[in-house]
Amino acid sequence: MRRKATVRIAVDPVACEAYGYCAELLPEVLGTDEWGYPVVADPTVPPQLVEQARQAARACPRRALHLRPEA
Amino acid sequence: MPSATLDPTRPEPPSDGGGARGGTGARAAPDGGRGAPPRHGAGRARLLSCWHAQRSGALAAHLDHHGPLPLPPAQGGAARLGTLMEAAGLAGRGGASFPSARKLAALRSAGGRPSVVVNAMEGEPASDKDRTLLWCAPHLVLDGAELVARALGAGRVVVCVPDDSDVDRAVAAAAAERAGAWRAPFALEVATLPGRYVAGEESALVSHLSGGPSAPAWRPDKGAPLRIGRSPALVHNAETLAQLALIARYGPEAFRAAGHPDAPGTTLVTVSGAVAHPGVLEVASGTPLGDIVACARPVDAVGAVLTGGFGGAWVPATAMGTPYTPQALAGVGGVAGAGVLVVLPARACGLAETARIARYMAGESAGQCGPCVFGLPAVADDLDELVAGTSPAAAARLASRLRSVDGRGACRHPDGVTRLVRSALGVFAADAEAHRRGRPCPQRGAPSVLPGLGAP
Repeated sequence: MRRKATVRIAVDPVACEAYGYCAELLPEVLGTDEWGYPVVADPTVPPQLVEQARQAARACPRRALHLRPEA
Repeated sequence: MPSATLDPTRPEPPSDGGGARGGTGARAAPDGGRGAPPRHGAGRARLLSCWHAQRSGALAAHLDHHGPLPLPPAQGGAARLGTLMEAAGLAGRGGASFPSARKLAALRSAGGRPSVVVNAMEGEPASDKDRTLLWCAPHLVLDGAELVARALGAGRVVVCVPDDSDVDRAVAAAAAERAGAWRAPFALEVATLPGRYVAGEESALVSHLSGGPSAPAWRPDKGAPLRIGRSPALVHNAETLAQLALIARYGPEAFRAAGHPDAPGTTLVTVSGAVAHPGVLEVASGTPLGDIVACARPVDAVGAVLTGGFGGAWVPATAMGTPYTPQALAGVGGVAGAGVLVVLPARACGLAETARIARYMAGESAGQCGPCVFGLPAVADDLDELVAGTSPAAAARLASRLRSVDGRGACRHPDGVTRLVRSALGVFAADAEAHRRGRPCPQRGAPSVLPGLGAP
């Protein structure tokens, strides 16, 4: 049931080193700027993309992608 | 025409040998100071009113001038202090103008024995008010810190000063005097930290005091208290605490006797740039911007004023009637920030000066976040190209880069730069358009009027 809820995504800009995996794995939510750092247009991840977002967070070598339940 | 109570005030020794005690209002002479040169003002300073005492017997003179510090009661002291702050309408003087009472309340619910951090880092090159305050009235700052520390039962007070100034001597001397005079229930320390722009950002301060790097932290939950180890840290700007020391002595009503309903009290302002008398002024909040600038005697026709500092915003010469309060300044695109005003003469190029600031700010990045590390130099490059009139595409590229940098750092350092650059593109829009069409700035290469950036 919990996986149906929306989550909020946030990038820790200090940890992020622009590996770019997150934008590859979650292009619906994340783009990249001209230097390769992720850009979040809307931090709300819809329910159907939550599992994909979790995978993107796990894939980050810097553990810079954070998900938290939508407040 | 300024009203009598809104006149800028200059530090003045008490004229009658201590007769100024209790003189808490920035009271102006009946003629509103019109007869005297504006530099000397006619009002009576509060924070800077005891500056002469620094020469000898500073603590005795301080207590003689302001009277003893009314200590908060052993029980309920924090609540009482919060009530005082609220009644006075005290807001932080470090740049964010955050209500002090709310900051105190947040810390009271944090749990753990708190630490009080006095932020006098003043990394802003155009600001000199905290150093001036610590030289002129260190005991007012320490009084404010002592009030907060006693009220919260804090174990430690740390006064943070930059390592590129010698103001730590003034603080250490004042601390030694106090240690010899009474026993405080907390440890009072002076910490010298790297004198860099971002070192004074509160999470950077706390990180350094915790043994970490002097760099801002990413804080997704801004409401969570900062901690030094396990101790929740209450970080206050030096001037805020000095104002609190006056409020505790003279009461919130006296505090509100000067200033503006939106921003009660007096405030310290550092005026620099193309002026004959750069320096720190204590003015009543709400004083018209142009009156403050006039006190520093502009040497030329004023073209614009940089408000709030290098991460602030330009205000055009047409807005000099704006009351100096955070709200009113925001209404004309300005920023109160930590009380910085830099006067740009009409002959200078605001865009070239902004490019210099952007370059400086890029160099002052903590080097942590990509959008700041790469974005700020790129913004500075775009501005340089725009000013040179060599690249018709620079303006559009700059606009897109400003959007891409916005809000993407751990701290607000990059946001300060984008705000400044946007305000420059607005205030100096005619120049920007001329440069975009290929007309380079004739002032390019002229020496900067900005403090610390190649001013002669």
